[in-house]
Amino acid sequence: MENENTLYTVTVYTENQVGLLSAISSIFTRRSLNIWSLTVSASSIKDVHKFTITTHTTSEKIAAVVKQLEKRVDVIKAFFYTNDDIVYREVALYKVETCNLLESNALEDLLLKFNARILEMNKVFTVLQKTGHCEDTVALYEALKKLGPVLQFTRSGRVAVTKGDHELVDEFLAEREIERKKIEMNK
Amino acid sequence: MEAEKFRGSEIFLKSLLAEGVDTLFGYPGGQNVAIYDKIYDYKDRIRHILVRHEQGAVHAAQGYARVKGKAGVVLVTSGPGATNVITGIADAMIDSTPLVVIAGQVGTALLGTDAFQETDVLGMTIPITKWSYQIRRPEDVAWAVARAFYIAQSGRPGPVVLDFTRDAQVGEAEFEFKKCDFIRSYVPVPEPSKDAIAEAAKMIDAAKKPFVVFGQGIVQSGAEKALADFIGKAGIPAASTLLGLSALRSDNPHYKGMVGMHGNIAANIMTQECDLLIAVGMRFDDRVTGTTSTYAKQAKKIHIDIDASEIGKNIPVDLGILGDARTVLEKLTSLVKASDHSEWEKTADKCYEVENSKVINPEIHPGKGYINMGEVVDTVATVSKGDVVVITDVGQNQMHAARYSKFVKTRSMVTSGGLGTMGFGLPAAIGAKIADPSRQVVLFLGDGGLQMTIEELGTIMQEGTGVKIVLLNNNWLGNVRMWQQLFWDERYSYTRMTNPDYGKISSAYGIKNRLVEKREDLEDAVREMLSDDAPFLLEVRVVEEGMVFPMVPPGKSVNEIMLTEKEWYK
Repeated sequence: MENENTLYTVTVYTENQVGLLSAISSIFTRRSLNIWSLTVSASSIKDVHKFTITTHTTSEKIAAVVKQLEKRVDVIKAFFYTNDDIVYREVALYKVETCNLLESNALEDLLLKFNARILEMNKVFTVLQKTGHCEDTVALYEALKKLGPVLQFTRSGRVAVTKGDHELVDEFLAEREIERKKIEMNK
Repeated sequence: MEAEKFRGSEIFLKSLLAEGVDTLFGYPGGQNVAIYDKIYDYKDRIRHILVRHEQGAVHAAQGYARVKGKAGVVLVTSGPGATNVITGIADAMIDSTPLVVIAGQVGTALLGTDAFQETDVLGMTIPITKWSYQIRRPEDVAWAVARAFYIAQSGRPGPVVLDFTRDAQVGEAEFEFKKCDFIRSYVPVPEPSKDAIAEAAKMIDAAKKPFVVFGQGIVQSGAEKALADFIGKAGIPAASTLLGLSALRSDNPHYKGMVGMHGNIAANIMTQECDLLIAVGMRFDDRVTGTTSTYAKQAKKIHIDIDASEIGKNIPVDLGILGDARTVLEKLTSLVKASDHSEWEKTADKCYEVENSKVINPEIHPGKGYINMGEVVDTVATVSKGDVVVITDVGQNQMHAARYSKFVKTRSMVTSGGLGTMGFGLPAAIGAKIADPSRQVVLFLGDGGLQMTIEELGTIMQEGTGVKIVLLNNNWLGNVRMWQQLFWDERYSYTRMTNPDYGKISSAYGIKNRLVEKREDLEDAVREMLSDDAPFLLEVRVVEEGMVFPMVPPGKSVNEIMLTEKEWYK
């Protein structure tokens, strides 16, 4: 089923160059696409950065966006996925008043039910961590709210790995290395 | 022994020389004065054209690049120097023109402090360049220049910006230049798929009514001969986009004219009647396609382009071939059967008869009344036998120049297509003439466009650039006036212009000039203009309410064509 509201995850592998975030984000904004979440970090490949971006749009638009991303000189490869194609998570942190947690006796249930962890606990506040899908992290937030005020609630962007059996970026870089050697040889 | 060290500014000039640069278009200022100081020492090796406004520098570099086939180089200062070239950079991006623009920048310690003449050049130019880079250390200068030229000139060409900080200009480093020929994340010329080419050849052989639409990609890949050979062997009629003009000689028997809003009837009708549309090195701009929902719906489509993002972007295609136009066309020519589609090609004859009697003949041979724009262009084409480089500004002058010029050599049409930048013409003509002084360069422009960059008459004066300026003066912003007449109830809101005495202005700059108001003087004036190599301004008072027909009105299919205000093509 195709509509404006399919959530796509775009992964972009880039060289480590200044200005890429701006270049990449402008490709989305120019097409009126809202970036829903964005994660940038070094990838598993040396000197290669990875952007993971989620946005709601159509398959046609996202395919066009990915081509535009790959057109940037310092973008190595870009891909787009639906949720079915990937395994993905986000991390959420919650800061709540310790007294509320303890008074309710719900702490153990919550930890168990939501598979959450305590990162820090003192007399004043407690910091919980939950890893999961967006719906799960929000559900824990709602549950904590019932116990008392949630002082802080923050979520990371999405990180994702593909379900495919080979790594397309590695293949591309290997091909390029052969090409580079060819050019060197011809000199 | 320690290697010799040079200032970044000198490394920069040495790198330009290593890239084969012979001409710079520029304007000095506070943050590039160190570079200008070094240019003083390199005067014998690099020609610097001092423009009158940075916008003039960038458009001149575009004109230079389009005629020369290599990157135009622009040197400006920080802040306003850099912002004044933004329009030209955007223009070069959308029209795939190779440019290397170097802007001075404040010292690295001052970056981000709102220092005098500091502006975020990277932030502003990233979306409108192939690559933008800030040089912060003298050690990086040679690398950045080499990379800039490689990126600007390879694959689908485009503009590159180097934001050159003051520290990098005045700091010292060793000079070692290595030409850039590989960037692992960048594949400028994809290898075309053999299967796709074989499939295309099959489709072409099977087609009864094939039709080629070509664009600037032909010129950029040097595929002019490959295109002529291909359509010659396969017997396929072909039409050009605005930017593709002059890639094929106008008198090629298969050439059916220009497509698009003000294109030839045959080119647009054949688009809607062909059974196979072969698009080469073009990008299905909306001025080409009209409404996309009905564009060549009946036809199978093959799109050959070097840029993967163009295939399927605007028009879905049955087969995309990613690669260099010349390589693909040469392979296709060897694979397709020799063929003849003369019956199908005759479709064009009927279209031409109608266009000639309803539009062309009344435009270029009106016999009486005021002089028409098309008539002036036709006179230049006739007198010069088509052997000139045509430069246009934007608007009616541009459309008439495109419609009525005749082309016998490639790289003979320079116009601002995608961005439609008024004021482009005069500086672009200067750059074109400097790129190839052996050719006559004729600029068609209107009174609106001339005044947008009229200061460049000063550059012509100083450099003695033999540009032939044909001012089609109608005292209106003609194209918008036309739209107001046709689509906005004749409410002529701010399109009327009171004009100065252009003869006096021209004389003040020491540029020969002549005013033509009567038809009988026109040909003689054109002959006078083309008789030598000196700058010349020919002002022609043309009909005030001139129109450009045929016209595919906005939002219509390309076979819905207006012949006059009241009559449609049937």
